[in-house]
Amino acid sequence: MSQYLKDPMFLRQIIMDHYQYPRNHELVNENDEFQLHMASESCIDDITVEIKVEDNKIVHTGFDGVACTIATSSTSIMSELILNKSLDEAVLIINNYLDMVSEKEYDEDMLEEAIAFSTVSKQANRIKCATIGIDGFLKLIEKEIAK
Amino acid sequence: MLNVSEIRKDFPMLNNKKMSNYPLIYLDNAATTFKPDCVIDTVVNYYKNYSCNIHRGDYELSYQISDEYDKTRKVVANFINSEDKEVVFTSGASESLNLIAYGYGMNNLTKGDVILTCEAEHASNILPWFKVAEKTGATIEYIPLQNDGVLSIENFKKAMHSNVKVVTLAHISNVLGYVNPIKEITKIAHEYNAIVICDGAQSVPHVKVDVKDLDIDFLAFSGHKMCAATGVGIMYGKYDLLNAMEPFMLGGGSNARFDMCGNIQLKNAPFKFESGTPAIEAVLSIGAAVKYLEKIGMDNIEEYELELKKYAISKIEKLENIICYNSLAETGIITFNVKDVFAQDAACYLNSKGIAVRAGNHCAKILMNTLNTSETIRASFYFYNTYEEVDFFVETLKEVTVENCINILF
Repeated sequence: MSQYLKDPMFLRQIIMDHYQYPRNHELVNENDEFQLHMASESCIDDITVEIKVEDNKIVHTGFDGVACTIATSSTSIMSELILNKSLDEAVLIINNYLDMVSEKEYDEDMLEEAIAFSTVSKQANRIKCATIGIDGFLKLIEKEIAK
Repeated sequence: MLNVSEIRKDFPMLNNKKMSNYPLIYLDNAATTFKPDCVIDTVVNYYKNYSCNIHRGDYELSYQISDEYDKTRKVVANFINSEDKEVVFTSGASESLNLIAYGYGMNNLTKGDVILTCEAEHASNILPWFKVAEKTGATIEYIPLQNDGVLSIENFKKAMHSNVKVVTLAHISNVLGYVNPIKEITKIAHEYNAIVICDGAQSVPHVKVDVKDLDIDFLAFSGHKMCAATGVGIMYGKYDLLNAMEPFMLGGGSNARFDMCGNIQLKNAPFKFESGTPAIEAVLSIGAAVKYLEKIGMDNIEEYELELKKYAISKIEKLENIICYNSLAETGIITFNVKDVFAQDAACYLNSKGIAVRAGNHCAKILMNTLNTSETIRASFYFYNTYEEVDFFVETLKEVTVENCINILF
């Protein structure tokens, strides 16, 4: 992976950028079969995520809601990472991300900008923020796989 | 005037305790409060020197601790100016409010009756009434709040009518810290033969509450918000109302006798509500806490907290990055936001400087409609907070930016 992804200043800018200009930040599906509402039990993050799948591939991601910097930017980054990936690839990426934030072994090459959250576990109360939207994507993908 | 530096010596949590490597500044007293040594010692003393059950044993230790337990009821009754027998020990304000709803509301309301409340109530004072309404066919009506979130006596008068049987309101709002005009409300409600339930969770620890003067029918509050242990609270009720209530829990301690035909003869109030072994050490601790607060003086506590709040507001109002929602509330609760910063991000930044506050949508409805925001930060004082702590808090608020909130991750 490139060296600049190890520079805290750059990682900060990634989070800032995705918080101020979140990608895929709208819900277009009217059919809530593809949507999932994620409301944190421990804090005020409240996010709805959605995906659209065609031929086993994620062709659309979206999210909206009221959430903190970490929840918003992590969901935004993941919405880009899993877009145009197969369901299996997306699961792999997300599980790899979840391993990173829970301080397990992970493959950083797979995570691109999401590497910005590699130190989030230092603030244990924010791990939930860094995973709330992503857990939502994972649940939707697993639902698709189970079909 | 309080000698706060002397008072702080009584609290282990206020002596050299650090958070995020900074001296701890605890501004979440509306959630729970720290305990002075006399309270901690009372809890420890029970386990070290008594450890027996109450009202059971024919032996000296049980008798002695039962005596202490019963005396605590007297101490609390004196504190709120009620009769001893009108004080029921519960696990906290939530249980007290549930007991009132299930014990009184469920048995005394019918279809067509109205429960009158407002949109700023804590979940513990509204959700049980949803259940009562569902089961009895009674309906819930809401007193409209003013644009600033204040519950005015005029709006109460407009909302009051002859079908209202129960008025249930906080004495002091946990969201905005306004003091509701409970005494006037009670006077009017009684003219309509409605009873008034007062959620005192945020008032009893901070201001003198006299149930006879207010003439309220029920009062609920928690020990842990007033320096006592967790796991104990009080339900006060006028004695004839306690008699008109059913306990929602039965078992040992609440019955005088029962037979195999299913006949139960309950004890008189308050004992009929106190089934099972209570949190004895916590009950004893509320006695120690009340004595401690009385020694400082409830009037002194109220006055000091208000001064501290006004001092904080005078400084916060000068900050361009802060929106304060309740500058005029005359209690130690400050509800605010940092412009363009999500409440939880700001609270986490404050945490990184050792400051404990609460971010949340404490009551979504009032906040959305009245304050035009879905979440806020709440800083809440107690008599042991200092002007120096306020200074550091205000200085730290100046630093709260989105960038700095993200920086704490690295």
